[in-house]
Amino acid sequence: MPETVLELDDLTVRFRLRRGDLTAVNGVSFSIGRGETFGLVGESGSGKSVTARAIMRLIPDPPGEIQRGRILFGGDNVLDKNAAEMRALRGRHIAMVFQEPMSALNPVFTVCEQISDALRTNLGLSKREARERVVELLALVGIPSPQKRLDSYVHEFSGGMRQRVMLAMALSCNPGFLIADEPTTALDVTIQATILELITSMIDKLGMSLLFITHNLGVVAHSCDKIGVMYASHLVELGDKREIFANPQHPYTVGLLNSIPRLDIQARHLTPIAGSVCNMMEPPSGCKFHPRCAHAMDVCRREVPKLKEVAPGHHAACHLHDRGAAT
Amino acid sequence: MTAQGATDDMLLEVRGLTKHFMLHGDIYSKLAGEKTQVLKAVDGIDFHIRRGETLGLVGESGCGKSTTARLVTRLIEPTGGEVRLKDEDLLAFSPRRMKETRKDIQLVFQDPYSSLNPRKTIMHILSRPMEIHGLARSWNEKRERVLDLLHRVGLSVEHIDRYPHEFSGGQRQRIAIARALSVEPELVIGDEPVSALDVSIQAQILNLFRDLQEQFGLTYLFIAHDLSVIRHISDRVAVMYVGKIVETGPAAAIFEEPLHPYTKALLAAVPEADPAKPPPRLTLKGEVSTPIDPPPGCRLCGRCPRELPVCAEVEPPLVAVGGDRQVACHNL
Repeated sequence: MPETVLELDDLTVRFRLRRGDLTAVNGVSFSIGRGETFGLVGESGSGKSVTARAIMRLIPDPPGEIQRGRILFGGDNVLDKNAAEMRALRGRHIAMVFQEPMSALNPVFTVCEQISDALRTNLGLSKREARERVVELLALVGIPSPQKRLDSYVHEFSGGMRQRVMLAMALSCNPGFLIADEPTTALDVTIQATILELITSMIDKLGMSLLFITHNLGVVAHSCDKIGVMYASHLVELGDKREIFANPQHPYTVGLLNSIPRLDIQARHLTPIAGSVCNMMEPPSGCKFHPRCAHAMDVCRREVPKLKEVAPGHHAACHLHDRGAAT
Repeated sequence: MTAQGATDDMLLEVRGLTKHFMLHGDIYSKLAGEKTQVLKAVDGIDFHIRRGETLGLVGESGCGKSTTARLVTRLIEPTGGEVRLKDEDLLAFSPRRMKETRKDIQLVFQDPYSSLNPRKTIMHILSRPMEIHGLARSWNEKRERVLDLLHRVGLSVEHIDRYPHEFSGGQRQRIAIARALSVEPELVIGDEPVSALDVSIQAQILNLFRDLQEQFGLTYLFIAHDLSVIRHISDRVAVMYVGKIVETGPAAAIFEEPLHPYTKALLAAVPEADPAKPPPRLTLKGEVSTPIDPPPGCRLCGRCPRELPVCAEVEPPLVAVGGDRQVACHNL
């Protein structure tokens, strides 16, 4: 068991909106070890991005609020840190890559200016040192002739190249922990393949830990060791990648895997999950998945199931597993 | 809906379809004597769709798939080529004749949030096409047909007087599909109709497309960038790269044994939801070539792992290779 780098304990994030309260993340707990790659999977609105932003303390307050829980990074609770301490943490120790490089990067500064900004602030490099380091970084992420691209603006890069720039910026201060929030979703499949390869090779080369957020099960199948599945603000399944794909224990995970059209065989009909995701303003009682679940029982309507170990290292939050335990 | 002709089952035939956009620079570049650049969005493509069949058109962003959909429906006018519907050239039709013909070809767009008018009720959205094409006269008749459509796409009577914002993405796409079906079309063109949906909803909509095809004998031109979606829905597939069709043939054959280096690269790049499968990788060099003033020769030049000297000079034609397959490559 590698040393734990990040530990989420009962993280609950609530947004106070005019229409009422919305709990976007509800009692989520998991941990990521050093050098480990963790994939957080879920459909839109499941709370995966809010979880990532909570770790970086990027939830706007108001309307957002971390209601409960702890986020332990290297043993310290991130939630106890003040603004200055957070600034020292961000970029230097935890870095983040976002989905939309065009909106995450600044259009009025050159690539060199934006990347060296972090280097000069966090590492205290001189302008010239920072510039040299930026060239190294751009070369590292595979941008051809970095000396020439150094003074280009973001709009002069293609989508894939922009994502490389963002990765270069994230890696600039040698963080030990990288959060990638849907980094390949806006990209074409061939570009996605190169960016995924790049991220995995960087993780290996620099010995970082990774929290990878995506809706694409295909992507986590190849770039993560452990997987957490989120549905309607809850973590519903957690375990080793191979276990989850071979032996999914939560009906939602099973449904998700059955919904994906396959490349190797052509089925006449897919097996979708019935219904649609619940309205998070008025979530159903008990297990959030029960209105769509084929196995729903009375207890599912009453009680929120807790995440419990169903096999060594494999956790699921489903009442179906209580019955097994009771008998 | 339409009796299937035993001899002539060709519904749509596209020949040499071309769309070039002229990129006129600003006045300074003109004064400097710079030549007008040409963006060859669609550059001479041929394909056909038989009645009751689904042709999947797949390619990466900017390859010309959506332009193809807009050309086939004459939402934009082609630079050249023919679009033959039931053996008549659409491009020669008068505006009046074209308006009547639009009934036979309907579109479903990618984003169900922007393709439905937020100020109209579902009743209005679904009955207006019927009025325009004179398919229903009395209010009762319209309402009956709208209810039937709602039922067929998995919605119910309670939804009829609601507005689009009251529906989820998947439900809105059901409404967009019902609208396409409201005029009893023969050909339905789906331009990335499931790309904006979550995977569990995407599966529902894909099943719906399948069921409606069986019920109404529809013919589909299905455009998507997701290869597993294309594999699932298509009988035949056409792969596009920078304005050209590089490979076409039966879906099973193309996915099991791709022949064109670009098709191979696309398939190798898909991350399959199975950790036991090989990881995605890119077998091509560099990035997608530009459609602006492309050099002569194959569009894949400079990226292809199997390049020959001839590739840079002569554009490979789409040639039959047996088994209803065609490939445009010099090095097979």
